[in-house]
Amino acid sequence: MTDVRADTFDAMPTRESERERVEAENRRLAEERKRIARDGPKLKGAKLAARLDAAWNRPPGIIGWLATVDHKEIGRRYILTALGFLVLGGIMALIMRLQLAKPDNGMIGAERYNQLFSMHGSTMMFLFAVPVMEGVAVYMIPLMLGTRSTAFPRLNAFSYFMYLFGGLMLWIAFVLNMAPDVGWFEYTPLSGPQYSPGKHTDIWAQMVTYTEVAALAAAVVLVCTILKARAPGMTLARMPLFAWAMLVVGIMIIFAMPAVALVTTVLLIPDRLVGTQFFNAAEGGDALLFQHMFWFFGHPEVYIIFLPATGFVSVIVETFCRRPVFAHPVVVLALISTGILSFGLWVHHMFATGLPRVGYSFFTAASMSVSIPTGLQIFCWLATMWDGKPRFQVPMLYVVGFIVTFVIGGLTGVILASVPLDLQLHDTYFVVAHFHYVLIGGAVFPLLGIFTYWYPKITGRMMSETLGKIGFWLVFLGFHTTFLPMHWSGMLGMPRRVYTYPAGLGLELPNLISTIGSFVLAFGVVLFVVNGVLSLYRGVIAGPNPWGAASLEWATSSPPPVYNFEHIPIVESSTPLWDLDGELPVATGLRVDQKEMLLTTVVAAAPDLREPVPQASLWPFIAACAVGLVFAASIFSAWAVPFGLIPCGIALIAWFWPKDMQRKPEPEIS
Amino acid sequence: MSGRRYARAALLPLLLGACSYQHYQSDFGAAATEDRQFLTLFWIFMAVCGVMYALVIAFLIAGLAHRRTEAEANVVETGRHHRSHPLMRTTLIGWTALIGVGLAALAIASFFADRSMAEAATNEKLSITLTGNQWWWDIVYNSNDASKTMRTANELHLPVGVPTRILLNSADVIHSLWIPSLGGKQDLIPGRQNDITFVPQKIGIFRGQCAEFCGTQHAHMALVVVVQSYPDFIKWWDHQLQPAVAPRTPLQLAGYQYVTNGPCSACHNIGGTPASGTVAPDLTHLASRKSLAASTMPMSEGNLYGWVEDPQSLKPGVKMPTIGLEPDKLHAVVAYLETLK
Repeated sequence: MTDVRADTFDAMPTRESERERVEAENRRLAEERKRIARDGPKLKGAKLAARLDAAWNRPPGIIGWLATVDHKEIGRRYILTALGFLVLGGIMALIMRLQLAKPDNGMIGAERYNQLFSMHGSTMMFLFAVPVMEGVAVYMIPLMLGTRSTAFPRLNAFSYFMYLFGGLMLWIAFVLNMAPDVGWFEYTPLSGPQYSPGKHTDIWAQMVTYTEVAALAAAVVLVCTILKARAPGMTLARMPLFAWAMLVVGIMIIFAMPAVALVTTVLLIPDRLVGTQFFNAAEGGDALLFQHMFWFFGHPEVYIIFLPATGFVSVIVETFCRRPVFAHPVVVLALISTGILSFGLWVHHMFATGLPRVGYSFFTAASMSVSIPTGLQIFCWLATMWDGKPRFQVPMLYVVGFIVTFVIGGLTGVILASVPLDLQLHDTYFVVAHFHYVLIGGAVFPLLGIFTYWYPKITGRMMSETLGKIGFWLVFLGFHTTFLPMHWSGMLGMPRRVYTYPAGLGLELPNLISTIGSFVLAFGVVLFVVNGVLSLYRGVIAGPNPWGAASLEWATSSPPPVYNFEHIPIVESSTPLWDLDGELPVATGLRVDQKEMLLTTVVAAAPDLREPVPQASLWPFIAACAVGLVFAASIFSAWAVPFGLIPCGIALIAWFWPKDMQRKPEPEIS
Repeated sequence: MSGRRYARAALLPLLLGACSYQHYQSDFGAAATEDRQFLTLFWIFMAVCGVMYALVIAFLIAGLAHRRTEAEANVVETGRHHRSHPLMRTTLIGWTALIGVGLAALAIASFFADRSMAEAATNEKLSITLTGNQWWWDIVYNSNDASKTMRTANELHLPVGVPTRILLNSADVIHSLWIPSLGGKQDLIPGRQNDITFVPQKIGIFRGQCAEFCGTQHAHMALVVVVQSYPDFIKWWDHQLQPAVAPRTPLQLAGYQYVTNGPCSACHNIGGTPASGTVAPDLTHLASRKSLAASTMPMSEGNLYGWVEDPQSLKPGVKMPTIGLEPDKLHAVVAYLETLK
């Protein structure tokens, strides 16, 4: 596909004659431009909208549904699918809490319980937390950046289908009683061929591969979109903090995810399927290798979930305190340093494995130092509240709940970073409490807040404020009732991942309280979902900018048209809609007869290229089916890999088949 | 099911014995130097973290509640949204410095606690080798004198005040030894040897548990820890060195013959008899222990009957098969096992 240089950005001429030639050429082009149909003063409003609609709409029907490359449709699917998995994972958690409500409970047996906690962890980490953040970003980032599409929209579509297939495989396996049963971490040698017969572990390992491929694809899409598709004038310094968070997260995914894909697909599955001995100590392998590689991914994973949430918090704090977040550059640097530090902490998951003690000290220091950038971010949000005038609507309530909750999780994290303390608390309910404070308090609370916040943009209607507030209090109080006692039960000697515990250790009361709390929390989540569904029909019509927010996603209608913006906005500050002097300035001159987006330079966001956007296509779906088939079949036979590569190759060749090198001539204004 | 639960509930007070309710298996047990050091450090951390949390919450409340008129706030409505309070920059620097100092203090405290624990570990007086198995503990008391080396299972006896190093191995998957009342945990990893040292300070009975998920019955892989005076400990060791007593009654004899020649002997060892299996817990002094099946249930005649008859229903997935003994054989086996004091 050819890229067409933006006319105004020709290289500087070096010689006089050259300059004359270029000027003549520019004049000719300008004459030509006056006649051709591009968005601009002569083509705007309804006439422009009709043309853009014709160019951007996907074909109707089921084929069009499968072929779509619209980031809003894909993002919506991502979010809804992830929420579906959240509900499933939550139900698993409730069943576990019922089993643990009293000591020596016989409600569910050991094997079923082990499947439940493995499914809960795997679902929440791989199928809910990371995908939902990516889904929100895939939907919102192009709107926040003021562009028409993500980069590589077909890759984006492929990513969703890979994710969907991975999730379906795991849950179909669960229904068929083939679910993984050795945890979401699947340590070797327990997950090796000798101690995990059957296909449970292979299902888990391949599910991870699907979701990692999906996450990598989405990360590439997001990073490229953020770096190249920002509206003109949106320099890196003016970029919204959520986009910054997703840029850091995207890069983290690209570095972290291959480690887990490698350890499951390339090392664990061959150990199980073709008799390699990577993890078998008896044959010269090493059981700990798995842990190193798993946590090299696993620890950044936590921040991959948490950093987008800090982006949400920044967005909400800005809008509801009526001012930009205090010390924007500090927050950005905090995001970047958290991202970098997160790759140097993984050994704090392995303090009890007997590695050299000097090394431990390093990881203690590194783990503690993460709280510096996080503490800075917290300060910046609080300073924003101090300087601004907070409005207590539902999203802001979730932010306050986030700070109250997450800081506890962060501080217990500092406790766990100390080797002598961790050796007592590791793998106990104290840790369960800690990471639920960090993941629910730190990521799910902001997520629920941002759903309420962006719901009107996505659906065009507001969520009910009353139901939202009741839901918030149920979620907040239910959460603390569930997880605060777990600190206690952990210190009273309750290890993780036990399907029952004996009476007489003092564990009865904290566990009963946790169980009661979990149902309150679940009820709050149900209320949130009910609110979301009811508001689709009953919500107040939102209008383009119901919260009076500053960023570009509020500059278009709610829900946005398929092409996002009629004209590409021009950005002159970090809070463009608040610093308007009359109309929002726009850049014009994109084709209207074909899908086209404006690419800008990486740092200064100066207009750089007009980039054709691919049409809807079935090939990403077909490619995802082919790749998915190889992954699924390779659980059962190694031969699936060489033979399965054939359909994969065909699908990819068709997908990448070169389009016409000659662009169609542009129509003239009629 | 309910009978088993009843039996377990009935024995617990007995097991708890001298130690109080909460200290049986708890970080607050403070029954060894290691756990006491843990508790000191833990409360230091809690204090510092508590102060930091209070500061954050105070700032949050102040930020949300402090009254300001529309005209005072640096918000978009006043057009001053790109400004901020002049002191905020300084406060940010101060806050960063405070976090830095707090963390440095905690890191140093943590480092010194770690060093002192490591030092305590150097002057061991007793060496024990513990091997994790799915889902039980094999325990060997090491001695320079080979005739004093003694093997037992699932019940650890420690002399009070004596630094004891426990060498940790695994026969199958990764386990983790965790005796909260004594101190931190350490993993048992196949192909590696770890170790952990305790200096017990309190006489009593405690409970440890596997802390690394190790398969189906991870929840029932516990062990009883008896901390006793040094003379009591030596007496216990000497007793454990004795071979099993010979059967006296005809019933015991029938049991002896079945156990030592039948399927049991393929896996279990009973000192002084032909039963010399090595893949299951040593039974030489089974009846002297306080619990059965890695602390799944207390030792009692009723539980012995239940366990020998149908281990799979009491601890589903356990490696010991349910053989389906006829009643007379079952009576005989239990009668014999009860003699293994």
